[in-house]
Parts: sequence; structure tokens; C-alpha cells
Amino acid sequence: MAHVAARPGDPIITPALVKEHGLTAQEYDRVRAMLGREPTFTELGIVSALWNEHCSYKHSRNVLRTLPTEGAAVIQGPGENAGVVRIGDGVAIAFKIESHNHPSAVEPYQGAATGVGGILRDVFTMGARPIAMLNSLRFGSLDSARNRYLFAGVVKGVGDYGNCVGVPTVAGEIVFDSAYDGNPLVNAMCVGVLSEDEIMRAKAEGVGNPILCVGARTGRDGIHGASFASEDLSAASEAKRPRVQVGDPFTEKLLLEASLELIRSGNIVAIQDMGAAGLTSSSAEMAARGDVGVTIDTSRVPVREPGMTPYEILLSESQERMLVVAHKGHEDAVIDILRKWDLTAEVIGEVIADPVYRVTEGDRVVAEFPGSALVTECPRYDVPAEEDPAAAERRSFDAHSVAELAQESDPMWTLVRLLSTPTIASKRWAYLQFDSTVRTNTVIGPGGDAAVIRIRGTDRAVALKTDCNGRYVALEPRVGGRIAVAEAARNVACTGARPLAITNCLNFGNPTRPEIFFQFREAVAGMAEACRSLETPVTGGNVSFYNESPSGAVYPTPVIGMVGVIDSMEHVTRATFSTAGDAIILLGDCSDELGGSEYLASIHGIVAGSPPACDLARERGVINALLDAIVGGYITSAHDCSDGGLSVALAECMMGDTEVMTGADIDLTQWDDLPLRAVLFGETQGRVIVSSSQPERVLDVAAQHGLPAARIGTVRAAGAGLLLRTHGAKLSASTEALASAYHMAIPRIMDCDPATVAIRETEGVGP
Amino acid sequence: MKFGVVTFPGSNCDYDAFQAVVEGVSQEAVYLWHKEHDLQGVDVVILPGGFSYGDYLRAGAIARFSPIMTEVVAHAKSGRPVLAICNGFQVACEAGLLPGALLRNASLHFISRPAYLRVDRVDTQFTNAYSSGDVLRVPVAHGEGRFTAHADTLSELEDTGRVLFRYCDSLGQVVDAENPNGSANSIAGIINAGGNVLGMMPHPERAIDPTLGRPDGAPLFRSLLAQVAA
Repeated sequence: MAHVAARPGDPIITPALVKEHGLTAQEYDRVRAMLGREPTFTELGIVSALWNEHCSYKHSRNVLRTLPTEGAAVIQGPGENAGVVRIGDGVAIAFKIESHNHPSAVEPYQGAATGVGGILRDVFTMGARPIAMLNSLRFGSLDSARNRYLFAGVVKGVGDYGNCVGVPTVAGEIVFDSAYDGNPLVNAMCVGVLSEDEIMRAKAEGVGNPILCVGARTGRDGIHGASFASEDLSAASEAKRPRVQVGDPFTEKLLLEASLELIRSGNIVAIQDMGAAGLTSSSAEMAARGDVGVTIDTSRVPVREPGMTPYEILLSESQERMLVVAHKGHEDAVIDILRKWDLTAEVIGEVIADPVYRVTEGDRVVAEFPGSALVTECPRYDVPAEEDPAAAERRSFDAHSVAELAQESDPMWTLVRLLSTPTIASKRWAYLQFDSTVRTNTVIGPGGDAAVIRIRGTDRAVALKTDCNGRYVALEPRVGGRIAVAEAARNVACTGARPLAITNCLNFGNPTRPEIFFQFREAVAGMAEACRSLETPVTGGNVSFYNESPSGAVYPTPVIGMVGVIDSMEHVTRATFSTAGDAIILLGDCSDELGGSEYLASIHGIVAGSPPACDLARERGVINALLDAIVGGYITSAHDCSDGGLSVALAECMMGDTEVMTGADIDLTQWDDLPLRAVLFGETQGRVIVSSSQPERVLDVAAQHGLPAARIGTVRAAGAGLLLRTHGAKLSASTEALASAYHMAIPRIMDCDPATVAIRETEGVGP
Repeated sequence: MKFGVVTFPGSNCDYDAFQAVVEGVSQEAVYLWHKEHDLQGVDVVILPGGFSYGDYLRAGAIARFSPIMTEVVAHAKSGRPVLAICNGFQVACEAGLLPGALLRNASLHFISRPAYLRVDRVDTQFTNAYSSGDVLRVPVAHGEGRFTAHADTLSELEDTGRVLFRYCDSLGQVVDAENPNGSANSIAGIINAGGNVLGMMPHPERAIDPTLGRPDGAPLFRSLLAQVAA
């Protein structure tokens, strides 16, 4: 071991300083035991960067281990920069989702933009060309000016970054609920394509191989960003705004092209994004994966300003940087490629035979850890998990005891109101700001059940979707976890795709609270059950804890990013009705379930009851029957039935696409024995609305799969509007009225001046 | 026929333009690197969309100083065709190949959606494969697409028939509600006085393959072939 000494000017390490670095006294003792001495200030910084929750998964790892990660399609499971699955014809898909919640809470534009940048780098470092971006965004109610500011800023940040890099943003979900007041969730997912034999990994190998820092220069921005993400948000968080990194999508675009060229050139062994915890985490992780030693000289890192200390250089989260291990002797070839793209590349270290992680500043050794202990010796915690009794009580609430409002005597009033609820309403206001067609592969863009991206050179396409209903998870975490996976699978199946694999972004509160850890453990268990049943293994993801503001924890929100494959372009199926005269069929059934529904939440302001049951055998049946019917050529359109229930889904089928609006003649009298509002607005799972010119065939296929299915009506011209027979009533609404409620709700809120919004609020008219 | 697609740092529709040529009209395409001076003998130069130099300073303002632009300007001055799309249109205006400028969209938002375009002239080398009165559906995706010019310049453009495409509704009616960016006279695309440089904000190269939507951009590329064949 080399002699490690404190640098002149380093602060003295005190218990207060240790605490400031987010380490407990026990964790600090662990560091001392690992080193056999007191750590230097630089070493303390390194440990704090790697052992925070964001980087170390210290509270989540033991639970995550219960998720299924293997399957015939999986080429690369969790542990690399991104997961990789094969889709046939030698083509593979790399994909991953990640959170950028805390930065976005204090600086929505840059927080969201750098979230997009980070996940892009995770995918292209695998050697994949990014072909699509998705997102999953959650905010508090748009009644608040702060939430409108966060929503507008995040949307602009997501758009500006992806648009500039030239990767289409093609799908996502946006939810508004006061549970996310003060702590929005910003999850970004990237999907890339590569050939199966081109996968690049982030594993340092080969003693003597040089390590290079490439891309942007290192500045003082974002220091301790990862530890900021590992604590609750509070009034003091605003002061940590400088910890939010600043993105430059132009440099990212150059880095993307340079990295892909570098990987194809054969000059490098490994490449990794310098993301959370920057140089520290990328170098330590690459060394640990390869089980080799590394030495890094911080004085050789290209910096933006003079006088940066090793501590600052190691912990900087300056964006658009990569760490590369090159083949010895190929340094100049690497530098030439970077120079072609006007980027810097500098040799800053090498792979060494000594089993140590060593950092020098010139000749002085400023940090040294034995072997890969930094990564492997990280503490892991099994913390108590216990359900909050209040949650159990909320779940036992009988949703049917809620008295109807007077206006509900006209169920069309309720339907229009639901369609204009921001969570259900069209998100076109946001996705108009996302370039969704660049790279000319977008078959179905934002607004469909899932995005469909064709794979050039094959007859295949991939279907992509992010999904989660946090309210269900809050009410019953295991069922909610199951539903998140099942609904995402149903969504991709509606486009004609076989669900293949998932990535996940687990957004939860503070895991040291037993009721939060209970939610986490149960939700993951539910996800695992669904992934096993639907044969969609987990290939990676991200855990984001400490999503708490002074008003409490967010809903537990395990966002699922699903990838499915469509084997032939002719099977691509859209969500909306298109042909008057087609039969409308409900695959699945109605039941008496209102708990946890959007109806209860937005019409009555009640979040209670049991969420709808999730029968995984039924979910499998729906997906298989639907895909058989699509492959058979019997299906014109298919749309998942989710938030707002059957009536909302039917309305979306009629007017979701404003260029192809239709009407529908619907008969639901076969369910007259159920309460009317359960039939119209209940969110029973495992259901898809299809339109077809061959209804008998569709019903036959459903019967073969033992799946209940019934013809419920006929597609009409738009002028006919929605006609609905149920419970002895004949209800009707014009297609235009439904479309206006659905499409104009968010523009009416966002494009009005604040005064107008305030007036509408005081009038209580609702959006 | 050989097309050259310029790649500036930050170009991101160069690939789409390249594919439109190769897949859409089965012609040869090459990439022209911004640091080079060699046009490789191409017949048509495409200045593609994207964010050249990150749109820093002003969209297109830095790209016009790229080495390759000296040759592109010479190519245009000699009367040979240049197709400038989106960011390419901005670069062409900055380089003086086309009059006017592109301002931030009136909404101040980036806008990405299909737009309807009315073809105002079908007797140019860019539009001869269209029919009079055609209404096209072509994607727009830009933050700075609001065409503006001095009133005299606008009059000249109108009087000399140099507006080739205008935003309209699905029936071809030019109405303000369908103008995605607030551009003057709903202008979506113009040609230079010589008729050999077309600048347009919408993306014809994204409207080639029918699996992605209406292939209404393909006739633009076919028009260029007819021109050279003639």
C-alpha cells in the first residue's frame, strides 16, 4: 500500500463533517476498519459519494434480489449501464429508466434536462444507437402556481434536451395528484438499438491499459448531487440548487456520435458514463466489475477552472463526460476520434495489477482503498417493515358508501368531468413540445397506448410504454405493484406487441420508516409476481428513496418501463376506432370495483378502498387472446381500459385522435345487476376494448383462451356521438363535447394567464 | 443523381435526409463533413435539420462560417439546387442564400406535430411532381420557425411567386389557427430569386415512408430528379 497523507488545506474530519457527508457513525467506523487508519478528506468524499443511497442501493438491494432477471430474451440483466434484450434477426434493444426527482423539485428545467442526458448516456455506452425517449412525470395539482411552474419547466427541460440531441420522445405518462406536491417525480427512459454481437460493457480489464476522461471538461457543478438525492426534501433544499447539474445537449450529441464511433473502432475495452458521483463512481464501478486495480491522477483531468482539488474533481457531476478504458497503444486513436467531434480526451490513469483503488494528485497519493472494497464493502440494511395502520384502514373503506352528487344523476356529466381531469385528459400540451418523429421510425407516437418504433432493416417494431398507478400502490402495495406491470404489458399488447422485458424506477419515501419500507417490499413482491407470470424479466432500473417533502411521502410509485416486440409491421394496431360499422367488443368483464378509482378521487376527493383485483392468469389470457386476434387479422383497434374505467376508455377510442373522430352505439345492459357507476367508472383490470369487422372470430379466440368477452356496440360516424344504453337509461353525448373536455383541459389551465386560472378556481368550475 | 447531406456539429436530421434519398427515391447520397471543402461532385446539397452548434448565439449563425459553407454558397451561386430544411433553412438565411429570418415561435414553445401545407406553385424544380392545389401533411418540429422579413421583401416574395408552401388546414384553407409558429403570411417555405435554393421549416424527409404517415414529402425529392433528368 502506498502512503496516503492528508493534503495541505484539507479540513479536519470531525463527527459533524462525517454527518454532513451523509455517513452514520457506524458507517464511518466501517471505513476506518476497511482502511486500517483514519480516512483523508478526499477519501471521506469518495465514500460518501459511493455509499449514499442513490449509488449504493444499501436499503434496496436485498429486496431487489427477489425480482426475476432471467429469460430467453435477456442478453444483459441488471448491473450494467443498461439492460439488453434480443428481439430477433440479430437485433438487440438496450433500455433503462432513471429518476431525476430531487434536482427537478428545485430546478425543474435543468433537473429534467440532465435526467434525459444521463439516461441517454447509459444507453449509448452499451454501444446502442438511441432510438426513443420516454418519460414518466408526476406533479401536484395544477391548481397551484408552483406545480404549473414545475410542470412547464420539466416539460421544457425534457423537450429541449431530447430535441437537440435528436432522439424522439415518443411516449410516457403524466399524473397530477396532491400526493406529489413539493416532490415531483421525473423519470426518464431511453431505448436504443444495436446488433447482438456489438454489446459494449463497462468492465475495466487488462493491466497497463490506459484510462481516459472524455467529453466535456470537469467543473465544480453538481458536487454531492447523488447525496442530495439521498435525503428528504425540505425547506433547506432550495439552498442546494447549486448541486443541480447543468446540461448541454449540444455536447451530448457530439459525445453520442463520438462514443458510438469509439465503440465501433475497436480501440476501447470499456466505457461508462460519469453520472451520479461522477469520476468516483464510474472508476470504482468499472474496476469492481473487472476485479482489477486502477489508479487515477486528478491533476490530468481536463478542468474548467484552475485550483480544483482532488475532492472536487472526484465528486463533480459535470455533465456529458465519459470514462473510457482503451487498449494500450490506442490512446492516440481514441484522442483523434474525440478531436474529430471537437471534444477533449485525456489519459488520466491506468488499470494496474495491485488490487487497489488509488487516486493521486501528481505524485502524491490522496486516496487509496483496498481491492474493490469500496463497492463490495458498502453497508446493506435490512430494515423493519410494517404497514401503517391508517393505510389498512383506508383500504377497508367501502367505496359504495359514498353518496352520489346531485349532478351524477346524469352520468355524462361525470364522464365529461373525468375526461377533463388532468390525469386522464390528453397530454398533447406537453408532447407537442417533444420532437417525436426525428430519425423517421415513429409508427405510433405520443397519445397511443404505447409507442411503436420500427426497426429498420427488419419487418419488426418495438412497442414501448411507461406506467404506474401510484394510488393503487398506496392502498395495497402488492396489488399495485402487480397492476403496474400488468397494465404496461396490456398497453404494449394493444399495439400488437408481445411483452418482452421491463426496466423499473422505484420512487418511494424514506426507507428507514417501517411503513415506507413495507410499501417498498410489498410493491416489489407484487411486481415480481407479475413479471414471473407474464414472463417479462427485469433488466435493470433505479431506486429513488427519500421522496418526501414536509407534507409527507409521495405515493409509492414503482414506474414500469416495458418493451414489447411486434414481429411483423402488419400487426401494428392503433387505439382509436376508425371504421363505422365495426363491432365494439370488450375483452374481459365488468365487476363491482370502485376502490382507488379516479372516479372516487376526482369526483369525490376520496382515496380509499381496495384497488381493483389483479388476476395474473386473466391478464395473461387477455394479452394472449388479443395478440392471437391481432395476428389473425381480426382487430381494427385495441385500447386498454384503465383510469376512469370503461366509459372513459370508450370515449378515448372515439376522439383520442382528433383527425379520425367517430361515434359509438353502446349497450351495457348485460351488466345491469351491477351498480351503474361501477360499470361506467370502475377500473376492473384485465380489460381491452377492441373494434373489429369480424366480431365472431374475436369472440371465438377469446373463448379459446377461456376469456370472457362480449360485443358491446358498434362504431358510428362522429356525428352520431356516444349513445349508451344501461340501467334502463339511454345516455348520449356529442363526440365534440367529449373531445373538448379531453383535449382542452390542460391547455385551458396552462395557456391561460394566472389571473384567469385563479378566477376559475374561485368559481369552482374546475378545469 | 447524387445528393450531399451536410453534417454540422449538432445536425440531427442528416440521417433522415440521407435515408429519404436512399430509401425514398433510390439515389446516391453522401454525407458532407462541415470541416471539409469538398462537395464530392454532388448534384443537390441538403442542409438538414437539427441544432447546428447547439443553436448557440442564434440558430444557424455559427454554422454559416463552417468551411463547407463556402462551397455550398458557390454551388448555390452557380444555380445548382440546395434544399434547406428546418435548421438548414435558418443556416441558409444566415448565409444570405435566402432572405428573411426565422424567429422564436409565437407560442414560445417548441412545436412538433404534423402540419398541412398548401403547394402554391408546381412549376419549380422542387415541386413539379405535385399537382396544383395539393394539400400535404408533413411533420414540423422546431422552436424557431416564425418566418419574418422586411415588408418590401415579403411583397417581393409574394409578387414573384417565391412562396412555395404555406401552412393551411386539411382542406387547403390558409387560416391563422393552423399556422404553427406565427410566420408571416403563413409562409412555410420559400425559394431564392434564382429558384434553385428552397428553404422550408417542415420536414419533407420525414414524410417518405407510408408506414409512418402520409408520404407527402416524397414528390419533393422526385421533383428534383425530374429536373436533373430534364
